[in-house]
Amino acid sequence: MSVLVLIEHDNTEVKASTLNTVTAATQLGSDVHGLVVGNDCANVASAAAKISGISKILSVDSSEYKYGLVENVAPVVKDIASGYSHVLAPASTFGKNLLPRVAAMLDVQQVSDIIEIVSEDTFIRPIYAGNALARVRSTDSVKLITVRTTTFDAAIEDSGSSAPVEELSAMGDEQLSSFVKHDLTRSERPELTTANIVISGGRGMQSGENFIMLERIADKLGAAVGASRAAVDAGYVPNDYQVGQTGKVVAPDLYLAVGISGAIQHLAGMKDSKVIVAINKDEEAPIFQVADIGWVADLFTAIPELESALD
Amino acid sequence: MKVIVPVKRVIDANIKVRVRMDGSGVELNNVKMSMNPFCEIAVEESIRFKEAGKADEIIVVAAGPQQSQETLRNGLAMGADRGILIQTDIDLEPLAIAKLLTAVVEREQPGIVLMGKQAVDNDNNQTGQMLSAMLNWSLGTFVSKIEIEDDSFNVVREVDGGLETVRLSRPSVITVDLRLNEPRYASLPNIMKARRKEIEVLTPDDLGIDVTPRVTVLEVTEPPARNAGVRVQSAEELIDKLKNEAKVL
Ligand SMILES: Cc1cc2nc3c(=O)[nH]c(=O)nc-3n(C[C@H](O)[C@H](O)[C@H](O)COP(=O)(O)OP(=O)(O)OC[C@H]3O[C@@H](n4cnc5c(N)ncnc54)[C@H](O)[C@@H]3O)c2cc1C
Ligand SMILES: Nc1ncnc2c1ncn2[C@@H]1O[C@H](COP(=O)(O)O)[C@@H](O)[C@H]1O
Repeated sequence: MSVLVLIEHDNTEVKASTLNTVTAATQLGSDVHGLVVGNDCANVASAAAKISGISKILSVDSSEYKYGLVENVAPVVKDIASGYSHVLAPASTFGKNLLPRVAAMLDVQQVSDIIEIVSEDTFIRPIYAGNALARVRSTDSVKLITVRTTTFDAAIEDSGSSAPVEELSAMGDEQLSSFVKHDLTRSERPELTTANIVISGGRGMQSGENFIMLERIADKLGAAVGASRAAVDAGYVPNDYQVGQTGKVVAPDLYLAVGISGAIQHLAGMKDSKVIVAINKDEEAPIFQVADIGWVADLFTAIPELESALD
Repeated sequence: MKVIVPVKRVIDANIKVRVRMDGSGVELNNVKMSMNPFCEIAVEESIRFKEAGKADEIIVVAAGPQQSQETLRNGLAMGADRGILIQTDIDLEPLAIAKLLTAVVEREQPGIVLMGKQAVDNDNNQTGQMLSAMLNWSLGTFVSKIEIEDDSFNVVREVDGGLETVRLSRPSVITVDLRLNEPRYASLPNIMKARRKEIEVLTPDDLGIDVTPRVTVLEVTEPPARNAGVRVQSAEELIDKLKNEAKVL
């Protein structure tokens, strides 16, 4: 049987999360197909066809899919899913939004956010903010799975060859919802979930303006900037900066936590980083229990010192 | 408009869970249980609808063991009008819960189901999406703002790239995110009043729903522990360690 990967994209390019999901798919079967649902998305289909491990791309290109509205996209996935042993999507807001809607249509119990594939029906997934790991076996005939992208390597984006692209017909607008607008965070820095270095600030930063101190270091290191929930709730930075159990999961080579106490919900999003550095003025802060390198200091002196030392 | 708010009883979010030695799960005995924080946000929003004259009745619904009554009482004390408990000791999965909720929705005919985006025990993030499919209703996930229009809801969603606004035709299933509101504490008089509010008790059999699990939990283990490392006193020392020992710079 073949494995289907839902390709995450914005009608222009394939999102990096797709590459990790393809790697997970290749561990389940050798015949991996990708499904592109979008509008004016021929470039996405041809880029996806080059991903190493993909043997075929299915593409559904029509105006009702322009904004990825889940009510319209789910029936498309449902229709083709039954021909596959597994359907995989990244555990990004794209996959989390879409795949359970498909699962219910197929009467399947989805397995969310897997970090390891044990066998074709057995998976490991974190529960309780990563404080426990569950080994679970699915008994459904088609398995619907979201993949934690940080625990699977990225597939090679351009394998040098190109899989065939098959066009499928569109299914129409369900007329249940409509797109109004996007307010996307613009940044020249690397994306949080794929960056090799992440520097995150917490409530200790005291204001949004003070985050500029972290941005300057990020620019020197080629890092992404993240935040704790407290910093997002206080309005210092946009929502998509949040790292944690209910935000984004990151696992860079280097994670710098600045003015972050280290609540379990925050740790859930970063404790698989290779090296963790904590800068906090409270030497009792729980973040020091997981930090490889701890620096007890006031961030308002430590961060400028770090910036000049990096020159 | 009638509002249904499904609420889940979970280990309190401030408690560090312990994995049982025999690998059968996490320790639930003598552990503080609370309403899932995202469900509290959903209850709060429903009460704000009512206070704004946009909702006339709020029904909290829980599926689970008998003790889930406490969670329902908690929602009633915050301001919900009545509760429904679908009582079972079987470990329910999102698919089964969505089926139970579908049966309740078909009976009650609400204009909206407001629920948490995620239960912080199993971190599934599925139930609302599944319910919306079973009802063939519009779906708004990870919502941080809701505006009620005549025949629709305008919602702001927290997505990976930032924010997205969509218009949902009514009725809808909406799953809420952290930034939607800050839930109130129940006042003592309201806690007293909630004791007299009605909780109807049903079973999955009453609703004709098969809740047999599809996914078997084979084993629950502790994740590998991270240990505290070294301390540094200066930026030079930090950079030296990152470059020469950790080799990440
Ligand atoms: C349902 C739920 C979901 C949640 N999801 C998430 C999530 O996804 N991500 C997340 O991060 N949190 C999440 N949380 C919140 C989490 O529990 C914590 O409240 C939050 O992580 C705290 O953020 P913080 O460390 O920035 O703030 P605080 O805990 O207030 O810590 C601030 C730290 O800054 C230090 N500090 C202050 N001033 C300075 C200074 N001048 N120099 C150096 N250090 C200083 C202090 O010593 C302190 O340790 C969630 C909570 C719940 C209930
Ligand atoms: N047993 C339950 N009873 C009532 N509502 C539930 C139950 N489990 C989940 N929910 C609802 O579904 C949301 C998402 O849960 P989940 O899909 O398990 O992450 C929760 O915030 C609740 O609103």
